[in-house]
Amino acid sequence: MTPFKYFLAKNTSDASFLFENHPRASFIAGGTNLIDLMKENVSRPDTLIDINKIPGIDQIETLNNGGLRLGALVKNADTAYNEIVRQKYPLLSDAILAGASAQLRNMATNGGNILQRTRCYYFYDTAVPCNKREPGSGCSAVGGYNRIHAILGASENCIAVFPSDMCVALAALGASVNIHGSQNERTIDFMNFHRLPGDTPHLDNNLQSGELITSIDLPPESFNAHYSYLKLRDRTSYAFALVSVATALKIEGGLIKDARLALGGLAHKPWRNTLAEDFLKEKDPIAANFAEAADIILEEAKGYEHNAFKINLAKRAIIRNGLTAANLKKI
Amino acid sequence: MEINENDVSSRMEEHSISIKINGKQITLKTQPWVSLLDLLRERLNLTGTKKGCDHGQCGACTVLIDGKRINSCLTFAIMYDQASVTTIEGLADEQLHPLQQAFIDHDALQCGYCTPGQICSAAGLLMEGNAHNREDVKELMSGNLCRCGAYTNIVDAIMVVKEGKNDSF
Repeated sequence: MTPFKYFLAKNTSDASFLFENHPRASFIAGGTNLIDLMKENVSRPDTLIDINKIPGIDQIETLNNGGLRLGALVKNADTAYNEIVRQKYPLLSDAILAGASAQLRNMATNGGNILQRTRCYYFYDTAVPCNKREPGSGCSAVGGYNRIHAILGASENCIAVFPSDMCVALAALGASVNIHGSQNERTIDFMNFHRLPGDTPHLDNNLQSGELITSIDLPPESFNAHYSYLKLRDRTSYAFALVSVATALKIEGGLIKDARLALGGLAHKPWRNTLAEDFLKEKDPIAANFAEAADIILEEAKGYEHNAFKINLAKRAIIRNGLTAANLKKI
Repeated sequence: MEINENDVSSRMEEHSISIKINGKQITLKTQPWVSLLDLLRERLNLTGTKKGCDHGQCGACTVLIDGKRINSCLTFAIMYDQASVTTIEGLADEQLHPLQQAFIDHDALQCGYCTPGQICSAAGLLMEGNAHNREDVKELMSGNLCRCGAYTNIVDAIMVVKEGKNDSF
């Protein structure tokens, strides 16, 4: 690990000030991903700015519009087990609990979860080319062993996938991300937060240098009657998704009135396709309709040497999870 | 404070932290890149906490911070100023902790290397109160690997303590 300097930020403006004076710094909260990357020399910040003691961004609070604000510093476990989240946004709770281990969820924060980096093994291996780690060096996954890699939205420069479960639910729920910068505060819609790799795979998201996530807002519509998170992986716990699906439905009079389908493990960001969601509106929640929605989403899918199985797996996951969400009896 | 970027000694700067470890308040100086695990093992000689993968994947380094279980390998000691850490050495008082006794009673180990982490994790699991049955215990213990494969007996031991049946065993 490269030695670094350490500062404890007192508040958000102090964090911004410290960053301005140490432009090669990283902010650290839970650190579960960053420290691992530092041990592997993938990340080499010369300074860490510890944001754990910043007041005011470590709570979950109800918003005036009926939504919910999740502080960036709230731990993943505290979010998943929060009574309001469990009752009102069970999809989010289930997705968080499908990820990582109990220990990691006790450490990892909501802001950090959004900012976690791909687990592509070539990204982690500093001995091989990787455009995300070293722009312009090439992609070892294209033409390499790419079983865990993307089938949607990839580019010739990068076929890495974004590993978060929590973010798949946040995408489905239509969350937004509140950001503090040294000049201004701003909010980004969740689907505009993460990026596709394109020609700039080193950029995971649209957060600018020095900006800090302060909270995540959930809209009032919570889909707590018909929802399901399905995660398919190589072992049944404590592994990243090969394919995951967050399905949220609004059903009235037996017909789907609103549908959200977000996919994980398939792309450089949580994947949504509004054409497929619109297709489901006013339809019966039956397998044939979920299959057609899956076909709309996967029409543009492209398999590589070792991951083409994900296309079929994703389709079956979308159908199964749609039926699970539709037939859910609890509220 | 002015820091000369080229001055190696300032880059090697040590910070003073005060941590309560197994009930005892300790003040010491640490470099910022020392993991909590290395601080416990190398500085404080608390070698009960094990280093397995050093990547947060095996759970051998599990300790309790203010009652919550974490991977001590994936965090810097400097981030725990004023925190309270409990390691395997601090679980027992006069008698073994019920989980320690249950692990012995149920033969919940072979080589024992993962055991301190398993027991600290199980202690955290019981305090968190989110496990309601055997399946929950298995799921919520998935962050602790046992390469000897003593899982069945580990879950047996935890279930006995969870259900308060340790004395009747």
